Amino acid sequence: MAAVAQPHLPTQTHAEVTRDVVGTLGAPSKGYLLLLAGAITFFLIGVTTFVIELRVGLGIAGYNPPVMWLVYITNFVFWVGIGHAGTLISAILYLFRSPWRTVVYRATEAMTVFAVMTAGLFPIVHIGRQWFFYWLLPYPNQRFLWPNFKSPLIWDVFAIGTYLTVSTTFLVVGLVPDIAAVRDKVGGWRSKVYSMFAIGWKGTDNQWRHYSRAYLYLAALATPLVLSVHSVVSWDFAMSIVPGWHGTIFAPYFVAGAIYSGIGMVFTLLIPLRKALKLEHMITEYHFEQLAKLTLLTGSILFYAYAMEYFVAWYSGNTFEQTTFFRRAFGPQWWAGWSMIICNAFVSQLLWFRKIRRNVTALFIISIFINIGMWFERYVIIASSLSNDFLPYAWGQANPTWADWGILIGSFGWFGMWFLMFARTFPIVAIQEVKELIPYPRRKGGH
Amino acid sequence: MAKTVPGVLATFRHVDAAVDAIRSLRRQGSKDLTVYTAAPNHEIELALGHKVSPVRLFTLLGGITGCTAGLAMTFWMSLDWPLLVGGKPIATVPPYVVIMFELTVLCGSLMTVTGIVVLSALLRKKGAAYDPRYTDDRIGIFVPCRPEEFGTVESMLMKAGAEEVRHDAD
Repeated sequence: MAAVAQPHLPTQTHAEVTRDVVGTLGAPSKGYLLLLAGAITFFLIGVTTFVIELRVGLGIAGYNPPVMWLVYITNFVFWVGIGHAGTLISAILYLFRSPWRTVVYRATEAMTVFAVMTAGLFPIVHIGRQWFFYWLLPYPNQRFLWPNFKSPLIWDVFAIGTYLTVSTTFLVVGLVPDIAAVRDKVGGWRSKVYSMFAIGWKGTDNQWRHYSRAYLYLAALATPLVLSVHSVVSWDFAMSIVPGWHGTIFAPYFVAGAIYSGIGMVFTLLIPLRKALKLEHMITEYHFEQLAKLTLLTGSILFYAYAMEYFVAWYSGNTFEQTTFFRRAFGPQWWAGWSMIICNAFVSQLLWFRKIRRNVTALFIISIFINIGMWFERYVIIASSLSNDFLPYAWGQANPTWADWGILIGSFGWFGMWFLMFARTFPIVAIQEVKELIPYPRRKGGH
Repeated sequence: MAKTVPGVLATFRHVDAAVDAIRSLRRQGSKDLTVYTAAPNHEIELALGHKVSPVRLFTLLGGITGCTAGLAMTFWMSLDWPLLVGGKPIATVPPYVVIMFELTVLCGSLMTVTGIVVLSALLRKKGAAYDPRYTDDRIGIFVPCRPEEFGTVESMLMKAGAEEVRHDAD
């Protein structure tokens, strides 16, 4: 029988998969240490800025009434969005039985956890008295006050908290059998350290029986969760009556944008990583092409959403909506508005071409545009709508300051630091899931 | 070191050989087999004839608990300090659905993980022999049996196609 082309199937044997993935965990190279040092420096820039903000107050950020949400909230939405691609790949595509997800899922799930960890810092950076951040949580206090559960900001606390917990759980559960494989391969003191994290995993039939079922349920719970989290984030805006925010399109528009930005970040991280860790034969052009198709889909949904926003603003006959959207394109921050449209709606359309989808360098360059474009999308939504709402008397313009940029740089450092440390400590390709795709050999050969 | 159980440990390279061995062992009435694989394998699952894992009960229980807690918490806290805003009802379901949903997912997931820990770590069969190659590319079968049975079990496993067999008498 002629062999059917199955590009998702790794051509390696089980032993080769273990060898190659465990091989990535060796002693770090100079380049790696340099990157890590860079990430930590960026992080320290952020820490320094934050310490100054603690001493001086929020005045050092670019807030200017009525614009009281600016770069910090932009960063928050940006980082939460990054996380969504990871859960899409690890949970939703698992339920859809997409076999190509296996080699990339671990890296993307780790990206999710670290991105949400980064996002979670921003509400705290943004509030005026950081030491009272726990007021957001419902806890018995001396004034007998409870949070307002009708406020989307409180929904957000629950959504982000749940998302961080569930995606961390998903990552850790997936890691346990792989850590056991590393434990059995490395030997020496490292083996002892890994065996602590493997919590007695041996791959018995009984363990797999419970594990496989549990994994299915975790995926089934994470699937609606990922769609809900960015919907809830979008309602932080859409539940208000501010022009440019008050739209029913916001939830699906934000979810598509989140996945789009997340896959952009996957490209930015994985393309250099697979080269540095010599995993080119495992994470191939085929996998990047599949990711690029998802990017094209979500990018096109964004294109539609942008067009629809402008159309609805015009068709509504509402002068406030019309003015807001006119000023997004031709107001004082027109450059932000056009960056968002060009980087997201137009650059994604390049992916209609198969040659570009399979060209790793092109994808890397496009991914940088996606990251920039999606950051600007959130900036435009927040800054433009707040700066001119109803009465021109109350309008005001806000511009980011050095403190805003310092915190943004710090967030990239914080995220990069965690991701780099993870990639050298734990298997960045899911050993066990790749092995599930590769059949064990048979005595008679064939299947 | 944990107390070991006497028995025979066989190592297989081929999945069909391992499946044959499991089938013939089960025909002979062997119970409490432990099969080691590097990834879940359907053929071996079928040969072992396991029932569906009870982990789903944990998930269900967690989900129901979370949903109820979300409903109870939001209603009780709203009514505990009734504050009328914009003529809207004090306690009402639609905005609280979000909290209920998030807590359903949160408790459901955490209970699912508790399920794995309880079922596969705390209730595991202790003392079965193991070999580090089983997380790599080999399949292992551990048959607990009395020392006088070692000979028959070993020859049966070799006949089924085991690569090697060994026994640990206590």
